[in-house]
Amino acid sequence: MRSPTYNVRSNIAKEFPPEVSLGMFERMCVVRYFELGIIDAVAKKEINIYVYLSSGQEAVAAAIAPEVRDFMVFSQHRCHDMFLSLGGDPARLRDELLGLPTGTSQGKAGSNCLQWYENGITMFGHHGLIGENVPQAVGAALGSGRQTVCVFGDGSAEEDYVLSAIGFAVTHKLPVFFVCMDNNLSILTTVKTRRSWKITDVAEGFGLPAVDVADDPWAVLHYTRELKKSLPALINCRVCRGYWHVGIGIDNEPEWDRYELVKKELLDMGHGDAVREIEERARRSMEKIWDRELLLEPLKK
Amino acid sequence: MGQRTLAGTIKEISRRHLEENNGLLLGQCVTAVGWVNGTVPNCKGIIELPMTETCGAGIAVGAAMVGRRPIFVIRFQDFMILNGSPFINYAAKSKELHGRATPLFIRAIASEGIGPVHSGMYHSVFMHFPGFRVCAPMTPGEYKRTWEIFMKNDDPMYASEHRESFNNTGEMEDVVHDKADITIYAISSPRLHVENAAEKLNAEDITCNIVHVFVLKPFEVTERLLAPLKSCGHGIVVDSSFEICGASRSIAYQLTQASGIPVRALALEDHTKCLCPPFQNKAPEAEDIYKVVRQLVKK
Repeated sequence: MRSPTYNVRSNIAKEFPPEVSLGMFERMCVVRYFELGIIDAVAKKEINIYVYLSSGQEAVAAAIAPEVRDFMVFSQHRCHDMFLSLGGDPARLRDELLGLPTGTSQGKAGSNCLQWYENGITMFGHHGLIGENVPQAVGAALGSGRQTVCVFGDGSAEEDYVLSAIGFAVTHKLPVFFVCMDNNLSILTTVKTRRSWKITDVAEGFGLPAVDVADDPWAVLHYTRELKKSLPALINCRVCRGYWHVGIGIDNEPEWDRYELVKKELLDMGHGDAVREIEERARRSMEKIWDRELLLEPLKK
Repeated sequence: MGQRTLAGTIKEISRRHLEENNGLLLGQCVTAVGWVNGTVPNCKGIIELPMTETCGAGIAVGAAMVGRRPIFVIRFQDFMILNGSPFINYAAKSKELHGRATPLFIRAIASEGIGPVHSGMYHSVFMHFPGFRVCAPMTPGEYKRTWEIFMKNDDPMYASEHRESFNNTGEMEDVVHDKADITIYAISSPRLHVENAAEKLNAEDITCNIVHVFVLKPFEVTERLLAPLKSCGHGIVVDSSFEICGASRSIAYQLTQASGIPVRALALEDHTKCLCPPFQNKAPEAEDIYKVVRQLVKK
């Protein structure tokens, strides 16, 4: 049974200043409310392509984005969270999903292939092949010498070329931060059905510093700051996917809703006014992006 | 002083790219065993990859994504079946999908007669996918031209090389007669045998035009290719990869469409290239070409 507090130090949220905590929450809100607009557009058949939603998993990107802003970014197929948390333009993302020439890849690539090269961000587009971005990230670090963050899933972690790429990064001491978004599912097949080993154990076997932690953003941020000092390194973040692997349906209730857990933590710390203001700001700005009323379920709670 | 061989040409082009263009060269076992038949220079920028197929290609793609224009050396073209995915699924698609090119140079080296996973040629496979440029250079001049095409463009280049050509020092000129019975379009290793075939055919009063082809994709049906065909009324494309769905049939089709003259294909039979003779299924040589032309041209 997975736990939302796995390897999370109690009261870790209190170790961070309010602006850091509220900044993470704001980035989570942007992802969450933007994707509510996607869901509505898909339901109304205004978006007719496959969409890969980040909702449920957005806390990790929200936590690490400021720490990797000047890294080269190689994200996975589920990349709305990284795109938006790094400051990518939601209107351009919307246009990509709508297949418009003003989209991030002129409407040709879609939800799982986002790229962004503005405002100092270098986020390379994925093509959707599981784990393909990992050797590319390693090669890009090799070719440029720049720090690189590579986001992939628990399924990608099993690909032979991903394991080899991690090994190569160690051998050549490349500055790559491997971030595994472990939602425990390859579509609907759980990790324990597919393998008996942990990617963090493999990483440590290769000689990388590695951490396995639930997606508490404060814990993720803490470990990110530590691991950044000794790249290559790997973090396995246990997350919960809110929707289908692809599409807007829901199979089962996720094991936990990190958005609600973070919100509760912030409320408990006395940031109620700020939380409401941030949610309202995100809701309104995404309303403008999608030009319609958003679902208000999160605000009712 | 003797002329530089094709191997020496490849080595010099690579050295300049690594030392002057900030290029990279990646491959497995590229330095310890003869520097890949003397084609790899001893200089900076060489990355010895571990024994990792798809990953190594992916690393080369990543290096291309950050502008290093890497040379990726694959010592036997059969290994491209494992290594091909990052090139096919990313490098060849990125320009059209994202507006961002991933230029890299794949040195896919072939041999003959050394078994089922060391004797293949797969330029036909890479011609099939959008986004690649494909050449099969067999001479120093052709290799320089192939490199020039790569450096002037931003597409991944699949250079289908053949070890049997590495000692070549000269160029292979077309042979075009005023009156001929057939035009033979030769690609890759059959080019080394086509003149012998033509000589044997000539002794039986069959005159052959010989047109050497090394730019496979994009393939342009130029006047150089069409004029000899139109003057003789028969054509055949001879290649070293498999005939089914291969370069020979594709190019024969294009020439047929452009000229109205039926052009036949001759390439590898639909059999595995086994290790032991007579089961090696070698690329067409002089006798093979002779036999097929003899069937086509009745005199």
